Amino acid sequence: MENKNRGRPELLGADATLLQPIVATRSSFFHLALVLLGFTSFAFFAWLHQLRWGLGTTGLNVPVYWGSYITNFVFFIGISHAGTLISAILRLCHAEWRRSITRAAEVITVLVLFFGVGSIIVDLGRPDRMLNVLKHPNFRSPLLWDVCSVSTYLLASSIYLYLPLIPDIALLRDYAGKYTGFYRLLALGWQGTPRQWRVLNRAISVMAVLVIPIAISVHTVVSWVFGMTVQPMWHSTIFGPYFVVGAIFSGIASLIIAMALIRRIYFLQDYLKEIHFRHLGTLLLVFALLWFYFTFAEHLTTYYGHDPAHLAVFYSKLAGRYAPLFWGMVLTCLVIPVGILARRRTRPIRSAVVASVSVLVGMWLERFTIVIPTLAAPRVPWARVSYSPTWVELGITLGFSATFIFLYMVFTKFFPIVSIWEVQEGREAALTEVAERVKSYLPGPDVAGGAEVADGSVPELSRREGVG
Amino acid sequence: MARWGMVIDLAKCTACQACVVACQAENNVPCVEPEEAERGRILSWLAVVAEVQGSYPRVSMTTRPLPCMHCDSPPCIRVCPVQATGITPEGIVRQTFARCIGCRYCTNACPYTRRMFNWYRPEFRGELQLALNPDVTVRPKGVVEKCTLCHHRLMQAKESVRAEGRPLAEGDYVPACVEICPAGAMYFGDLEDPESRVAQLVRSPRAFRYLEELGTEPKVIFLSQGEWAGGKQEPR
Repeated sequence: MENKNRGRPELLGADATLLQPIVATRSSFFHLALVLLGFTSFAFFAWLHQLRWGLGTTGLNVPVYWGSYITNFVFFIGISHAGTLISAILRLCHAEWRRSITRAAEVITVLVLFFGVGSIIVDLGRPDRMLNVLKHPNFRSPLLWDVCSVSTYLLASSIYLYLPLIPDIALLRDYAGKYTGFYRLLALGWQGTPRQWRVLNRAISVMAVLVIPIAISVHTVVSWVFGMTVQPMWHSTIFGPYFVVGAIFSGIASLIIAMALIRRIYFLQDYLKEIHFRHLGTLLLVFALLWFYFTFAEHLTTYYGHDPAHLAVFYSKLAGRYAPLFWGMVLTCLVIPVGILARRRTRPIRSAVVASVSVLVGMWLERFTIVIPTLAAPRVPWARVSYSPTWVELGITLGFSATFIFLYMVFTKFFPIVSIWEVQEGREAALTEVAERVKSYLPGPDVAGGAEVADGSVPELSRREGVG
Repeated sequence: MARWGMVIDLAKCTACQACVVACQAENNVPCVEPEEAERGRILSWLAVVAEVQGSYPRVSMTTRPLPCMHCDSPPCIRVCPVQATGITPEGIVRQTFARCIGCRYCTNACPYTRRMFNWYRPEFRGELQLALNPDVTVRPKGVVEKCTLCHHRLMQAKESVRAEGRPLAEGDYVPACVEICPAGAMYFGDLEDPESRVAQLVRSPRAFRYLEELGTEPKVIFLSQGEWAGGKQEPR
């Protein structure tokens, strides 16, 4: 059966479009890839230059010891909350509209984490001694907590990406007619037997539950790198939740942009519909307001407390050297997205994308205006030197972003970016499942199967055997 | 066990910067080019920091020699991910150059900004090369360094008193900055020994610790300038 179908993805029926990016590659893909790899090699050159001469090639100085690299670190780790967290929460809530967006989100998480970790490595004065964090760990250091939580997160979110990929990899093995050996290896002998489905669904549910606390811990710990010091406007108890909210905020924004691009480039209008962008747009709006609430609370408390050391930082942000960046952040994180998303959206995709781009810019500025002003205004009246990134830092920042996009593109060439089996399952089973679930909410006797739906496992489906 | 500490009398300090130069020479701290200094890349284990109080026309200025405070509860040690910095039993906050990964978390956690980073490979040109102190390692690029209270002098002092067969006495071990101070504004010794000069000075009503409210418990103690601060009153 399998051999007969190989290389004939059209036999998949309606969902054959989802295999199209893997089966055929247009020349524009290679052109874009070349441009992106150009940025990558420039970043590599910049890094070699920095390794050769030292961190003096950056704009860092005394007392601004941390700059764009640490900003990028917090920013990239924040974006990683796109995936796993959003997808896990939507899965656990049985939000049916999740089906075609989970994969796109989970890939962001796994890939962007490498650039978060990469930012730290690039920031080190002695990357050659990196393994000292394993050889001589100091568990009192928030940076070591970071090492632990980020690596746990990378592991968990990779598993969480891989598990729902297995049935789709099996489809590719049977239909794609390309890289069959590679897919056979990764499919782990998936045949779609009822037992395999039961194990897989259970494993996905467990991972979805596990991944949420891990994701939250990751960004909390990132915030503690700053919060655990006594430095003005870093030493704040609100930083944990504030950073988590900001992370999910920028995560949703990057997910929206990725989805809009995928939709356009791979003609997936049928899968990533306006309604998805509407829902994500609403989520983005909620987080814009939540983010503003935290920002406001944080700054009002600082102002009211009137500690001179804190106030020096406060005024440098609101009215001093960093005011353009700070107010730019308020504009792009609050005014623009709320202005766009709070109105009735006639063109939901375009408005969600515009708001998301604005939020991404704003959240980078937010990270920047948290890291730098505090360092630039230490308690000791030290020489005040301004910080601005050099070409090395800009090159590495651009290169990291470009490489991330490149890897994302490559992923879409090997694996379906919309989960095929989840869409099929939605089409075939979810309708009755949702109807039963809604019935169970209403007064009256419980319908059969209600209990099974409630515990999160999908009822066993005989149609599985018919898929091949 | 000794607990080394320093007392700096701000009323005596003339801000002549001799301590800064002595420290630079003693500890092989590299000099940087003027352009780099402009960019805020000066390395100095000990700096004289000027603090301006009030606004024109009622302005006064305090100049404060600022070495590492050698805190008893140092924020820098807690945050180092690789235990490259620690506190010796005698209270000196040390840095292991060979282990430091250069993440600069300690430099950011120090409320006194008293930790320095090697932005480049240090350069000692011409005569500076000849003036290197053989007792102190030259740090590689990319690591953090800081005041060690001239720890090598403590090692030497311990060796020589052992050879002489006597215990360490006051004055055997003195850092370069204290030794050079022409105004005699800096004192150094064992804070545990009640007879030592520093222990007596610490009991002075003029004694205070810088940024004491942060709970870092510095072992560098300042003596305030007294009533004549700001030039309002003549010294008695």
